[in-house]
Amino acid sequence: MHAPPIDERLSPMSDLFEDYAVAAARTGAYDEMFAPDQVARPTYRQLEEALASLDLADVSSRADSMARTFLDRGVTFDYAGEERPFPLDIVPRVISAPEWNVLERGVAQRVRALEAFLNDVYGRMSVAADGVVPRRIITSSKHFHRQVHGFEPAGGVRVHISGIDVVRDGEGTFRVLEDNVRVPSGVSYVLENRRAMAKGLPEAFSQQPIRPVEEYPRRLLSALRRTAPAGVDEPTVVVLTPGVFNSAYFEHTLLAGLMGVELVEGRDLICRGNRVYMRTTAGEQRVDVIYKRIDDDFLDPLQFRSDSMLGCPGLVNAARAGGVTIANAVGNGVADDKLVYSYVPDIIRYYLGEEPIIANVDTFRLEEDGAREEVLDRLDELVVKPVDGSGGKGLVIGPDASPEELDALRQRLVEDPRGWIAQPVLQLSTVPTLSGNRFGPRHVDLRPFAVNDGDDVWVLPGGLTRVALREGSLIVNSSQGGGSKDTWVLAESRNMPIEAEPRHSISIRERTSVWPVESSWRDRQAEQQQ
Amino acid sequence: MLSRIAESLFWIGRYVERADGTARILDVHLERLNHLPPEDQRSVAQDLLGVMGSRPDHDEFGLAELLHSIAFDRSHATSIAGSLGAARENARRARETVSSSLWECLNTTYYGLSQHRKDVVGTYRFCHWVLERTAMVGGLTDTTMSHDESWLFLVLGRSLERADMTARMLSTREVHTAGMSWVNMLRCAGAYESFLRTRRAAFDDRHAAEFLLMDRLFPRSIVYALRDADEALAKLDPSDTRLGHINDARRIVGQARTFLEFHRTDDLMVELPEHMERVQRAVAQASDAISRKYFNRADEQAWVGEVS
Repeated sequence: MHAPPIDERLSPMSDLFEDYAVAAARTGAYDEMFAPDQVARPTYRQLEEALASLDLADVSSRADSMARTFLDRGVTFDYAGEERPFPLDIVPRVISAPEWNVLERGVAQRVRALEAFLNDVYGRMSVAADGVVPRRIITSSKHFHRQVHGFEPAGGVRVHISGIDVVRDGEGTFRVLEDNVRVPSGVSYVLENRRAMAKGLPEAFSQQPIRPVEEYPRRLLSALRRTAPAGVDEPTVVVLTPGVFNSAYFEHTLLAGLMGVELVEGRDLICRGNRVYMRTTAGEQRVDVIYKRIDDDFLDPLQFRSDSMLGCPGLVNAARAGGVTIANAVGNGVADDKLVYSYVPDIIRYYLGEEPIIANVDTFRLEEDGAREEVLDRLDELVVKPVDGSGGKGLVIGPDASPEELDALRQRLVEDPRGWIAQPVLQLSTVPTLSGNRFGPRHVDLRPFAVNDGDDVWVLPGGLTRVALREGSLIVNSSQGGGSKDTWVLAESRNMPIEAEPRHSISIRERTSVWPVESSWRDRQAEQQQ
Repeated sequence: MLSRIAESLFWIGRYVERADGTARILDVHLERLNHLPPEDQRSVAQDLLGVMGSRPDHDEFGLAELLHSIAFDRSHATSIAGSLGAARENARRARETVSSSLWECLNTTYYGLSQHRKDVVGTYRFCHWVLERTAMVGGLTDTTMSHDESWLFLVLGRSLERADMTARMLSTREVHTAGMSWVNMLRCAGAYESFLRTRRAAFDDRHAAEFLLMDRLFPRSIVYALRDADEALAKLDPSDTRLGHINDARRIVGQARTFLEFHRTDDLMVELPEHMERVQRAVAQASDAISRKYFNRADEQAWVGEVS
């Protein structure tokens, strides 16, 4: 496909993009769609044309109808006891084939390294013995669970599903912001966003080959089945949800539905003889693989919080005995720990003997004296995060904080240096986003999802792009006013088969007929009419 | 009851079901079609039109023409708008027999036909709206009409057409050369989740086709639809309950159903085109036999959907 010469293209400065250049310059960030001279980058040319053909009325009526579809379909997240639709912006984020190629390899590399790291941490701990990661840091992680020490999980995989958050810094370089190898959520929005966009902005789809995302549930199911305990021919997979009040409940139902498996709650499960069963109308049925969507702390009252009503007593022992596969494995949180994160480049070199493909964000470890001094001095220009936080909880952005907040924070850092890390404030890249009656630059991140079946790490093309809907905001979490964008990975060429399928090419003539010969009776007459 | 009324009811059933099936097929395939470059779009659009039983009148037939001829063309009963118009016309002739809420629903649908934009985005909304309306027609038919002879004729038309439309949904797998054709087949029939819940193991083309052809519990499968038709025919003609040949329509429907229901094969996908052809032919023949037996004026009622 050839891009038309520049002077013939529709001007990007239609009403909707009025003032965009000014606002983009103000953020000082890398804009995904426009180069600094306000010419759309090649990846976005087709999209720009599609958008230029729309006026404000079109765009807002489509945005409205997409939002209504989400509510109708129940694509919501639960916030403070209220079901809210997850706002989907009409402008997708586009990633070119070469860029994706790097991201894909980088994400897979990280997953393989973290898998090896977790196996080691719950086994010989050679990573500590060899001085790559201090033992103290591993054992002091809140999510290092001694209860699962010393056994290899059935199926041999610990990180079945992961979400590696990446961002683009001011220079346009992708960097990993954090790893999610416990219960990464958000993939349901990837699937739903694509469905909604195919109907909301069809013009842009017909112009370029976009890699599909719909195979995710099948990939996931096949990975879960492949990691079932040995000796099970037809493994039964279930999704374990904390219940309807969980913020990601919609996702649990969607994934269970698309995989065609049962969605169970803790009270539906029974452990006996180190096997897990679910109560069904036909009696108890053995469960072989549990896709766990609840936190480790609530999983098994015998091992963790004894007041948990969400889990099922005995699960951890069943996993230890190899009677059930739990995905992701219990205890993975130690690899999510943000202090461990700062060691991941070394972890990659140690286990894989490779250089990291995607760099980390520079991180200050507050336990190191020099680093702590520097952080305490520059607190007003850094981001400080708790090591075990998720969803943007507890995060403090220095430049936005008041002096009192900074003083309180300083106090907490000194008291608990193990509990915090500090990073420079990254100007996350921006993508045009509908706001009121025009497009404005808004900051985005990206969470690619990877599925590991033990042999191969498959990365879903694209992933979840979250966007901070408030101008200038750097916090993209849904619980704090974030929305999402559909993420398009352009295929290298249109002819790339989306999925190789054997075609039945035998022509009708070669077939032998299987139906009985028609009786001639009176329906001759009917035949003649055809 | 009057033959004329029975005939109208039969065709209301068929036309509404036809609009429903066409909207389902269009909704799912439009998404796929829209992703293609223009030259492929044209050939796929022509193939899809072929599955729906028409032929393009010129080589330039593309997406826009497809939308016109299977969604919006009021002058032909092969399109969604045309079918719904024809259903309403039949209901107008049998107004005293159908319930007033059913008539009103068909009439409102008819007047809503023109309130849609005819571009791609508009067509999605149109399909969605049509599915809502046809579901409402179905619900009102079953809950506001006595399940007597008149209702049976409506159900008979509906089930025969349903078998025919499912056969067409299965035929659409031939239309696309890449992508997950079986998922689309199932999504056309609204059967995706039901199917996933029945098959715990791996699934592919063959299982999906088998499900839509032969599943005994899924209401849009061909076997299920033919059984509905069979039951309606049996109730309509309770005189002959014992031996052998009863009437042509029952024989045709019964033979097709039993053949499919108990058919065993190792290579369903190779046989699929024959199954589809025979199911569509059986529906046409049964419809014809019903006309001869009950309506007796088959020559006056032109049904244009049987060319394939």
